[in-house]
Amino acid sequence: MQNLTLLDGQKFQITIQRLCHQLIENHNDFSSSVLIGIQPRGIYLARRVAEELRKILPGKTIMQGDLDITFYRDDFRRQGSPLVPNQTKIDFIIEGKKVIMMDDVLWTGRTIRAAMDAMQAFGRPEKIELLALVDRRYSRHIPVAADYVGIEVDSIASQKVVVSWKDTDGEDKIVLISEGQD
Amino acid sequence: MAGLSTRHLLGIKDLNRADIELIFETADTFKSVLNRPIKKVPSLRDVTIANIFFENSTRTRLSFELAEKRLSADVVNFAASSSSVSKGETLIDTVNNILAMKVDMVVMRHPYAGAGIFLSKHVKAQIVNAGDGAHEHPTQALLDAFSIREKYGYVAGKKVVIVGDILHSRVALSNILCLKQLGAEVMVCGPTTLIPKYIGSLGVKVEHNLIKALNWCDVANMLRIQLERQDIKYFPSLREYTMLFGLNKTILDSLDKEITVMHPGPINRGVEITSDVADSKQSIILDQVENGVAVRMAVLYLLAGQTP
Repeated sequence: MQNLTLLDGQKFQITIQRLCHQLIENHNDFSSSVLIGIQPRGIYLARRVAEELRKILPGKTIMQGDLDITFYRDDFRRQGSPLVPNQTKIDFIIEGKKVIMMDDVLWTGRTIRAAMDAMQAFGRPEKIELLALVDRRYSRHIPVAADYVGIEVDSIASQKVVVSWKDTDGEDKIVLISEGQD
Repeated sequence: MAGLSTRHLLGIKDLNRADIELIFETADTFKSVLNRPIKKVPSLRDVTIANIFFENSTRTRLSFELAEKRLSADVVNFAASSSSVSKGETLIDTVNNILAMKVDMVVMRHPYAGAGIFLSKHVKAQIVNAGDGAHEHPTQALLDAFSIREKYGYVAGKKVVIVGDILHSRVALSNILCLKQLGAEVMVCGPTTLIPKYIGSLGVKVEHNLIKALNWCDVANMLRIQLERQDIKYFPSLREYTMLFGLNKTILDSLDKEITVMHPGPINRGVEITSDVADSKQSIILDQVENGVAVRMAVLYLLAGQTP
């Protein structure tokens, strides 16, 4: 097994801040925009971005929710055991709002399709955008593209990209894990 | 992630504590789904479920049907009274004919104990027992325990008394097994003739005085007298039963603590429980019904998710 660190420390923080500024370019003061993190790992990204945005825009309300997509996945009954759901926590109306969906790693795109289905239960947003911290290029199974990307990575299917967070895992880091090499 | 340890839900007896907790955690998320404007998720869109009821039911059948539809399953309903069963078809034949039409799961209620277990050995579909005779009614017990957990935050250590016709009640047996599995203390209360002789072997206390039982408990689950299952007289009259074992507001107010009142339904108002108790703040009867859909969604989701 071989681990390659793609991003960590201050560069990681700069990437998050750059994404925040890109968001502000399009969403001004976030009065009609909301952040939705996709369970299980996208919620840490959404929390971190919300936290940074609050620092950049003091006094502004940044709405942020967690969306669970388990019941909307297309691989139910195609895996060994059922997928155990996580919590959905969206305490605001997304009807007519601009939604920024966030996930840590964009890979096949299937999660994003499920998330767009899941979101329908909360109303009809004016617009949905996608922010991915890591874009694993050339690996999409369906036509999905991110509007905001932290870093782009070229990888093969057997490799894994794992994002860890300062608050929950002790360290900000993006690692590319290759199994069965050397 | 680990799923349920069983392929069918035939009784609480087959579930371990981890199974019950998994069902509760899954039901929590379904309960939040049910409180959204759009109460439907697409999980079971390629699953067909047959509801086969050989006995009357309103709540359970409606609850299962809603649970199935909110999971986007295809549903067929079948009531024995209007079917070929009255023309002499056997249970296995009836069910195999239904399965020949490509049904993946069967939810069955049957007047005979063990009917679900029997069926699970002879047909390919997954079976969910919705009540078999005086044996088990697992989803009712799960939703009862889920409602207690919702009210108090936990079930372990809670004192629950089940009052009434314990002898003929599948709700009582499933409830006892489920509550014991979760670490609650359980007592049964009723006329001597309606308490099974060896009930103590399940690790429950027995009390024949309602006031003493109520003073001991945190939660009282009041059962209906199942006259349709009683082939002989077990007590002199319903009026006498009500006087000795009926719960009314005077008794409820005389207790030194506020207990929670439950009832699996259907209620015979004025017999085991008076209207003012059934509709009081202490009663969680309608919460039980609401939770029933979420718990049944969890059971169906977890069973259907096992690879076919």
